[in-house]
This record gives sequence, structure tokens and C-alpha cells, in this order.
Amino acid sequence: MRVGAGLAAAGFVLAITFGATAHDQGWSPLAAIVASVLIFSGSAQFALLAALAGGGGVGPAIGAALLINGRFLPMGLAIGPSLSGGRFRRALQGQAVVDGSWVAAHLGGGRFDRWRLFGATIVQWPAWVAGTVLGVLAAPSPGLVEQLGLDVVFPAFFLVLLLDELRAEHQAHRSARGGPASARGGSRLAHGALFAAVIGGAVAAGMLWWVPAGVALVGATVGALVGLRSRVSAADAAGATDAAGAAGTTDAAGAAGGARADGTARAAAAADAAGAADAEIGEARP
Amino acid sequence: MTLWLAILAVAAGSFAVKAAGPALLGDRELPWWSVGVIALLAPALLAGLVVVEVLGRRWADLDWTVLAALAAVVGARLLKVPLLLAVLLGVLVAAGLRALTGGS
Repeated sequence: MRVGAGLAAAGFVLAITFGATAHDQGWSPLAAIVASVLIFSGSAQFALLAALAGGGGVGPAIGAALLINGRFLPMGLAIGPSLSGGRFRRALQGQAVVDGSWVAAHLGGGRFDRWRLFGATIVQWPAWVAGTVLGVLAAPSPGLVEQLGLDVVFPAFFLVLLLDELRAEHQAHRSARGGPASARGGSRLAHGALFAAVIGGAVAAGMLWWVPAGVALVGATVGALVGLRSRVSAADAAGATDAAGAAGTTDAAGAAGGARADGTARAAAAADAAGAADAEIGEARP
Repeated sequence: MTLWLAILAVAAGSFAVKAAGPALLGDRELPWWSVGVIALLAPALLAGLVVVEVLGRRWADLDWTVLAALAAVVGARLLKVPLLLAVLLGVLVAAGLRALTGGS
């Protein structure tokens, strides 16, 4: 829970922005709060907000939000063996997987401390909801939001997550150079992240001339097809995809949480890609 | 109504995605091609989100103060400034430039 407190503080601040922006875009306070209660994923909620505001219909908006949460699939695969009980119980335990907690629970060598995962998540969820409540209740006017520069929060947040993702994978690439075959799969993935981002951004920019933002956002996912060149395991992929989580709001606000979660995240990604052992992670962990 | 549908759909979908790994797939691995694509969804979508937020429909929202603020955020992050402080710096740069120039 101590690890989760730092993540929760960052998530709280970010959730205030989410609540305020949702209010400005015409969401009812209840809708914004229920979204934080049920979805509990900053990146997905921001994506939903951005896509709905940009027009294009509810389908692309839902698609964009779910696609960005697609990273939880390899993360869930990686942590699955560390959970306990039958399928239903493991499915419930899997709900505790948010980026920051996933990173904090990583012990190295593909093993996870599930109690650490639960403890880190259990403090982030109420902080995320409380921040949203504060945001919708104290929502400033759109003019004031722009005057104060608060409209920069979303793109800045996404940009930092992207930067962290690319840096984590660059580190993984450096660790993987000369490593075993599985590590070289992570290396290809590291190169692919940059290409995926460039292609995704370029496609979205081009599509914005003809289609609403929500559709352009879904179009950006074609950049991920670069991944067809990679031959990686679920653990490698989870290690690579978790960087956004390291920077986490709920998930993402996590990395926002500070250098500590951040350093651990990069160490985890690097260790995953290189197939490194516990010792390496241990050095990075406080 | 549409908003509620979207919220509930995303909540249900997120639940399913998180449950699928530990519960349904067990220790089996996904096909190599799908794992690679899933892993790169995050950077592709994050780049798309930045572009959509900055440009807007037909690039109508393009604002030089936002670009300057984002450049400051990148610089701060490269200097290992914590995420939240880096975002705060971007906010301050945008607000400062707008105050100096009397708007955006």
C-alpha cells in the first residue's frame, strides 16, 4: 500500500482534470464519477472523452478506449500464474491489474507478488474516484481552463506516457542486444514502438482532415501492425507495454507518481526483454 | 443515453480484457503475431491521442502555445523530471505565454 500511495496521489490530481474536463464537455457529474468507478483507467477514460468530444459516434469512441486498454491482455497473461484459485477467482483478481500496480508487483523473472498488486491498487481506486468527484464539483469554465493552460494537461499527459514507453523499450533494446533469441524478440519490439508511434500519429493527423477525431484515433492503431514483425512472448510484450502504466493514470497516474515507480518500470521492462534475473530488478527497486 | 452506453461498454470491455489473461487463457500464450500487435497498440494510440488533442478536426485547434508547452514537457521529461511536475511545467508555460500575448 505504501507504493500505491504515491501512485494514488498522482492519480488524484489527474482525476481532478478528468472530472473538470468531462463536466465541461457536458457529462453529468454522475456519469463522470460512474466512469471512474467502473472503468478505473485514466488512459481509457481520457481516450473516451477525447473521442466523444471529437465526434464520429459512440462506436469509434468505445473502440478507441478499449483498444488502449488492450495492453492489459498481455499483462494479465504474464501475471496469471502468480494469482490463486479457479478461473472466476483469478478473473476477479485480474481486475487489480493497473499499470502502476503491475509494475510494483513485479518481482522479476516473470514472477509477481499478488498481495503487493492488491495493496497498490486498493489505495489508487478511491483516490481516482475522489479526484473525479472534486473535478466535477469544482469544474472551472472552459475560458478559465484555457487561460490557466489546463487544456494542455491531456496532450502533455499522453505525450509523457508515450515518451516513457519509448524510453523503456529503448532500455529494453539495449539490454537485449546480444542476448538470447527471446530477448532479440523484445529488441525488435523496441524498434517497433517508435515506428508504431510515428505511423499512428501520421495516420491520425492525415485522417483528421476527412473524419472526426474518434475515427482518426482508431485509424492510428494501424501503427501497431508493425508488431507483426516481432516474435515475442506474452511476458516480453507485457513488459514492453507496461511503460504507459508505469507512468500511469490510475494506471497512468502511476508513473506520474514519480521517479520511483518509473525506475522500477524501466527495470522491469528491461529485465523482461533481456530475460534477466531477480538481482537486476532488486537493484532497481527501492 | 449514448454516453451511458459508452461508459458501460468500456467498463464491461475493460473487465473482460483484464479477466481474459488470468482466467481464460491460463498459461497458454497468444499467437506470436497477435502479441506483437497488442504490445504496440499503446504507443500507436498514444501518438494518435497526442495528435488528435493538439490538431483537432481539420487541424483547427492547432495552437503555438500548446506546441511550446509540449516542447517544455518533453525537455523536462528528458531531464528526468517526474511526470506530474513535467505536466505542471507544460501548464505553466501555456498559461504564461497566453498571459504575455493576450490569448492564444
